[in-house]
Parts: sequence; C-alpha cells; structure tokens
Amino acid sequence: MTGHHHGGGSVADTAGLRRFAVVGSPNSGKTTLFNALTGLHAKTGNYPGVTVARFEGTMRLGDQTVAVEDLPGTYSLDPISPDEQIVVDVLDTKHHADGVETPDALLVLLDATTLRRSLGLLAQMLQTELPICVVLTFTDDLTRRHGRLDTAALSRALGVPVVAVANGQRNAVSALRQAMSDVDSWSSPVVPPPTATAEVTAWVESVLIAADYQVPDVDVRTRRIDAVLLHPVLGTAIFVMTMFVFFQTIFTVAAPLQDYVEQFFGWLGELVAMWVPIPWLSAFLSEAVIGGVGGVLVFLPQIMLLFVLIALLEGTGYMARAAFLMDRVMAPAGLEGRAFVALLSSVACAIPGIMATRSLPSAKDRLATIMGVPLITCSARLPVYILLIGMLFDSADRVGPFSAQGLVMFALYLFGAISALTVAAIFKRLTAGTGPVLPFYMEMPPYQMPRLQSVAAAVTTAATAFLRKVTSIILATTVMLWVLLNLPPRSDAELAAASVDTSDDAAVSAFVIDHSYAASIGRAVEPVFDPLGFDWRINVGILSSLAAREVFVATLGQVAAAQNPDEPRDSLAKMRVETGPDAGRLLFDPPTIAALLVFFVYALQCMSTVAVMRRETGTWRWPALAWVYMFVVAWLMALLAHTVVASIR
Amino acid sequence: MSYISDQMSQRQLASDRGAAHAPVTMADLERGDRARVVSYGDDVAASTVRRLFDLGIVPGAEVEMVRRAPLRDPVIFRVADYEIALRSAEARCIRVDLAT
Repeated sequence: MTGHHHGGGSVADTAGLRRFAVVGSPNSGKTTLFNALTGLHAKTGNYPGVTVARFEGTMRLGDQTVAVEDLPGTYSLDPISPDEQIVVDVLDTKHHADGVETPDALLVLLDATTLRRSLGLLAQMLQTELPICVVLTFTDDLTRRHGRLDTAALSRALGVPVVAVANGQRNAVSALRQAMSDVDSWSSPVVPPPTATAEVTAWVESVLIAADYQVPDVDVRTRRIDAVLLHPVLGTAIFVMTMFVFFQTIFTVAAPLQDYVEQFFGWLGELVAMWVPIPWLSAFLSEAVIGGVGGVLVFLPQIMLLFVLIALLEGTGYMARAAFLMDRVMAPAGLEGRAFVALLSSVACAIPGIMATRSLPSAKDRLATIMGVPLITCSARLPVYILLIGMLFDSADRVGPFSAQGLVMFALYLFGAISALTVAAIFKRLTAGTGPVLPFYMEMPPYQMPRLQSVAAAVTTAATAFLRKVTSIILATTVMLWVLLNLPPRSDAELAAASVDTSDDAAVSAFVIDHSYAASIGRAVEPVFDPLGFDWRINVGILSSLAAREVFVATLGQVAAAQNPDEPRDSLAKMRVETGPDAGRLLFDPPTIAALLVFFVYALQCMSTVAVMRRETGTWRWPALAWVYMFVVAWLMALLAHTVVASIR
Repeated sequence: MSYISDQMSQRQLASDRGAAHAPVTMADLERGDRARVVSYGDDVAASTVRRLFDLGIVPGAEVEMVRRAPLRDPVIFRVADYEIALRSAEARCIRVDLAT
C-alpha cells in the first residue's frame, strides 16, 4: 500500500535500453525509491492503480539512459494473486510471455527492519540467475530502533553487492546510482541459496549471524499510536470521524478554489464575446468549449484534494489500519479488509479501485469487488451532485452544526458504499463454491511521515489524467452535443412563422435547441424516463453522460447558457416543464432532483470503467452484466426516490 | 507457470499428523502471549502453508499476540520482527507451543 501512481499516458518507449527492475515486498519502499531514481521522467501505464499496474521510467547514468521498472510488491515468487503473477512473468527468463521484457538486472529491496522475512524473498530472487544488487531500505529506522547491521559483511555473506539507502531522498541514492552504472562488475553467489524450506530457514539464520544483525526494538512510536487508533472505542470513533472529515474537507476547502476557476472561465468567455465577431463561432467557443469544458474543469480542485487526502492516508500507514478495522465489517459481504482499500480508492475513481483489486488473492473476491466498485461515489459524480444539491439546498442551510449540502453529500457517499457492499455480497454468493479458499493476511507497516514527493506525484498524475479526460472524451462529447443541439439551423422565415422575435437572441437559441436533433433524441426516450420526472433536456444530459458522468453538467450548462448566458445556474433553476400534464411545474423540483441523484448513484455512466472492467476480467460478459444491472437498479431506485420525495412534500 | 514458480510450488512442509489432541494454535493466544510455531494443521491447503512460510511464520519462529480488532477479528501478531494481521481462520492453521 505504498503506491502513489495514478494517471494515464503511455509507457515511455524504452526498447533497446538497459533495464533495471525494482522488486521487493509490499511496504519495502519500492515506489519511493522508484520516484527518487526516475524523478520527473517516470511514465505511468495506461490506467491508474496503487502499484498494481506496471510503471516504467528512465534515468541518466553518466552518458547512458537506462530504463527502470517498478514491479508490484510481492512476498514470494510462488504467486497467489494477479500482481504477484506479473512479477513471476517478468522475471521468468526461461519461458517468456509475449510482450514482457525481461530486465537485465534486479534491484532487490530489503527492509532492514524486517530482514529475517525479506531474505526469504531474496533467496527466491537469486534463483532467477539475473544480476542482483540488494538495496537496503529503512536503515535510518533500524538505527533509531537500536538495531544493527554490517552492510559489507552482508554483501560477503550473500555474494551480491549491497547498497544502503536511508530514505528515498534524491541525495541518498547517489551510492545506488554509482552501483547501477557498474552493473557488469556485480558479483553473484558461487552457489545459489537453497530452496527447500528447512535449508532456507537455516541459510537466512546464517546470513543474519554473518552480517552481525541485531533485531531492532519494537517501534514504540507505532505501538503508542496503534494503542489509540486501534482502540476498540476510541479507534472506531476516530475512524468514523476521519471518514466524515475526509468528505467535509473536500467540500469546504475546495469551494473558494473553485470560485477562482469559475471566474477565470467567465473572463475567458467575455474575451471571446469581445473578440470573435462571427456569431456561430463565438457561440461555439463560449457554449461548447468554454461552457462545456470549463464547467467540468471547475472540479479540478476537488479532485486534486481528494487525491491528496488518499495519498496522506496511504503514506502515513493509516490505510492498512482502516483495512484492519473494516475487515470484520466486510466479512458479512464475503470480502476482506483489503477490498475496503479498493472501495475507498474508488472514491477518487472506479479505475484505480478496480486496479487495486489486483492485490486481492482470491479471484472470487476480485470479481465481486469489481462489480461493486462502480457504485462507490467517484469524483466524476461529484460535479453532478454538487450542481443538483446546490439547487436543492442553499449553502447557508444547516442541520444542527452541519451544512445541509454536506450532509446530503455524506448520505450519498454512504448510500453508494452500502449498495456496493450489497452487490459484492450478492456476486460473492453467486460464485460461491468455486476455486480454493485463500488465506487472509495483511502487514501492518510502522507509521511514517508521508513523503511530499509521493503525495505530489499522486496529485499531479491524477490531475493530468483528469485534464486528459476533459480534453479528449469530454471535449468530444460536448462538441458533438453542441452540434446536435444547434442543428438543423433555422432561417429567419421559419422563426417568423413560429412567431419568434428574431431580435431576441435568447428566444432564437431557445427555439433552435427546442427543435434540434438532440431534442428529437431526448423526446424519443421520454417514455423511459417520464416516470422519473425527466424531460427531454435532462434526457439529453443523461444520454450524453453515458460517455462520462461529468458531461451531464456540461450539457445542462449548454442548454441553460443558450437561454441566459449570464446566469446559467439561475436559468437552470427556473426551467419549467414545457409540455404534458405537468407543463408549467419547475423542471428541477425536489422529486426530480432526488430521482436524478439516485439515478447517478446507480447508473454505470463511464466508458473508461467499462473498458477497464473488460480488461481486468478478460471478457465482455462482466461489464455488460454490470451495465445492465446498474441501469435497471438506477431506474427503479430513481422511481422510488421520486415517489417518496413527492409524497412527503 | 514459470520455471521458478514451479520450483517454489513444489516445496514441502511437514505437518505433524497424529499430534496431541486439541493442539494449541495461534488463535488461542491472548494479548501479550508469546509462543513458538510448531507446525501447520493437517487439513490446511499446501499453497496456504507455503505462503505462511514465505510470510515468516516458519516452524521455530517466535510469535506474539499484539491486539485484536475492535470486532474481535482479525488479530495482529508480531512474527519475524514485523506485525501482521491474520483472521482467526488462518491463525487456527498454525500450531504453537506456549512453553518457551
């Protein structure tokens, strides 16, 4: 759980370069070392994850460039989970899987404070017969806790070079860089260590004695913190408070930053109006590009803040404690504590959540978690929730000491989480009785100060991924929608025939949108969504949100901006139903908003999630099943919400 | 399966069949108790045994029960100089000797 990579982009082209692979057990400081070695030259894989995807970077060693690969953490080369299998596949020099490049040399990380266990993994790594350099991490912790280790003697006992790296800071890795540029002269053991269990235990013991290893004291700091954070009463209360503060922070801290982004796009819109004389181009730029993309970019501060908080929880070691506290709660759903980490990562985005399930050893657990993960409130739902809740409650509304908006938001998160667990439990039950029962174990790493570099890396990659999404799928969808909303064009004669005042721009664009292709599509699906209180405008938003949820906000923004470009939010709130028995009622009345919110809780409106589900499960069956069940549940629950809210008003 | 993982999956770990009735396991330890790992249960899957071995829970290793989760399960143990959480179901697979 030390990973901090999230984001998109393709892996750098490293063909032909000398390759080093960073391997070691989870929590051995791999990602920190990888960041320190590759710095800003690191490239993450196509999809984000918590050190479960493959990460590659390059670094300069003297006059040559070398490739460095960060392999998933593993306790053994006897794999029981998909990410451990990846390590075995990459290190297998004899039968080579397609498309996997074998590294030329390994940097095997050994946590100096848990050397006894780590040496077992090294013994297995030495069987690969690849050149190996041992990198000792947490040597500063070893000294602080009164442990002792003779690095030179350890190197002699192992027969391979050993480099100590106190922490992941850049100046601490210079000795390692030196060793890496001298890879051809790395020594290797004359005889590889044994593999039979009793002999391995004896070999580890002999190495520890030869290296004059003094076991460090129990980490008093961690014990003291655990006494509070894992206390039956206090620990549980702190956990609940942490989760609550987590969500309140995302709201209260990000709000002023969002205002700045909003002001920036308002200013940009004014510039366009001032300097672009062609009316249709000006409308396209201000509505499709600035209105659509800008409307979504407003949420960048919140998404970055979310990733900061998750990186902090992971970096300190609290995430493992959260999994420990939640394990028994997850058990009735047939899941384990680590599934909670996958679910919590999904609060940022379902994609890292689905990727994080790779750390689950059981295939059944993985599938059940993957089917539930899309129900967790992800950051893409945030823009929609904020917009809708903003129309439901004023920001000054209070329930006791809490903001009503924040409370509704918390309820939606809770609602999503309970639904996700329920779905996971159902799928776990459906697949019961197949496959072996795998053991549950989870390391409790000592508490640490989170590293600024790791937090920064997590946030930048998340922000980059979001910006990429905004400038690709979201921009494409909003542009397409703008076209559909503004075609076919209307001549003055047509407008006159419909008795539209051609001098009133707002009236003209309202007429055009009302009779556009998009409106026809929206009206065509009205029978489906009519019971939920949605009209064609909301329907167009829903249909467009099938690409990505945020597009819903952009679409409504376009429709509203056409009617009242200065106050789109105001114009949304004042929209009325145009036809049918309800004509004249406010379109966004509480029952409809409730139905919309609930619809967004359940529906799988995210093409990226569908694609990742396909990739992770290896078949279209599961994403297809997920899409259909989520749509049906979304519709039914939205109807229920609409009925309930309508009846209590 | 690769050459290395084949080799690793063929490792053998003895379980002492016919040991004393109702053996003490890690699940029986109370907070602060220290014990020494003796063997693994008879009916534990071989892959589970190999993984426990790789985690440092090896015959002869000393274990200490550190604390239970607020809802009684899982339990944190200290073994091989680090702390690891196991569910009672797994802890029951590991036979220990309290007399150290």
